[in-house]
Amino acid sequence: MARAVVTVPASAKRGEVVEVKALVQHAMETGFRRTQLGEVIPRDIIRSFVCTYNGEEVFRAEFHPAISANPLITFSLIATASGTVVFRWTGDRGFSVTESAKIAVA
Amino acid sequence: MSTCCGRALRALAAACAILGIAAAVAAEIPLAERRSGYDFMGPETRAMQDDDATNPAVLWLLEGEELWNRKAGAAGEACAGCHGDARASMKGVAARHPAWDAASGRPVNLEQRINACRAGRQKAAALAYESRELLALTAYVARQSRGLPVDIAADGPTKPFLEAGRATFHRRQGQLNLACAQCHDGLWGKKLAGNTIPQAHPTGYPIYRLEWQGLGSLQRRLRNCMIGMRAEPYAYGAPEFVELELYLMWRARGMKLESPGVRP
Repeated sequence: MARAVVTVPASAKRGEVVEVKALVQHAMETGFRRTQLGEVIPRDIIRSFVCTYNGEEVFRAEFHPAISANPLITFSLIATASGTVVFRWTGDRGFSVTESAKIAVA
Repeated sequence: MSTCCGRALRALAAACAILGIAAAVAAEIPLAERRSGYDFMGPETRAMQDDDATNPAVLWLLEGEELWNRKAGAAGEACAGCHGDARASMKGVAARHPAWDAASGRPVNLEQRINACRAGRQKAAALAYESRELLALTAYVARQSRGLPVDIAADGPTKPFLEAGRATFHRRQGQLNLACAQCHDGLWGKKLAGNTIPQAHPTGYPIYRLEWQGLGSLQRRLRNCMIGMRAEPYAYGAPEFVELELYLMWRARGMKLESPGVRP
């Protein structure tokens, strides 16, 4: 089971722009490398990252083979209401990790 | 990568020969002038190491904590069963390793200590060098010493092993006929293939190396340098490697541990 570390401020003022960080454990095998015997190592990457805030999609990213292992994504959100921010990574070989964090908006 | 490093080293060796640098014996770095590899990194990489939200080694720390508390082996015992909370019991342990091991009559590094505990107390199979589990456990134990000064003394039964490590550090080896000291004592701060040569203080191990895209031990890093020097690297866990680790840690005595560090 891959691990993920997400950082969302525990509290924010309404309308405040907050920084969000999402780090996930993944080898991001490109599919272009070969073993010492010349066999292609099959591609195994994360394909998509989606962030929802109280159920509404607020950020989405497509991943490609050139993205590093254990990718870190940082972006901003406008704190509109208290609730849950859910992060979901999906990829090759049925890879799927979901992590969430709570934010209290005053 | 090692090929390109090798080429650069060869060019460096040629340049040194022309300039006559290689002829001079590099003196040890004065204690006050020692700098961690951290100081040679760019601000982005430093920020990455400093923030637990961005330091990718945190992913291994989480796994290490889980392994610490999980029962393993025929004895059905977890590390936590004897040692309790690692935050208290493992504080300062990484700063003292490699340390003398009376049972084997020689110094052992942190990975070997963990494996000795697994084999002796937990009755579990030793974890392979550079396996995710061993790196995770080592990183978790080393994390508890972050900010503490390296505490290695050049006395007692480890003295001859430290001296052997010192000899390895100063011995020319490989097809490029280079000694560790030539770069890391004599040419630190200068460039090698566009990278700054650090002073080789092992203050952040195990490190998340961006080039590796993963966590690795000091011995993996030493292998890198040896391959670059066109020398045959010692096997993982070889006595020569542990002696070199011991000397390098003594060389960094008093410097603060950053484990797990991030390096470029």
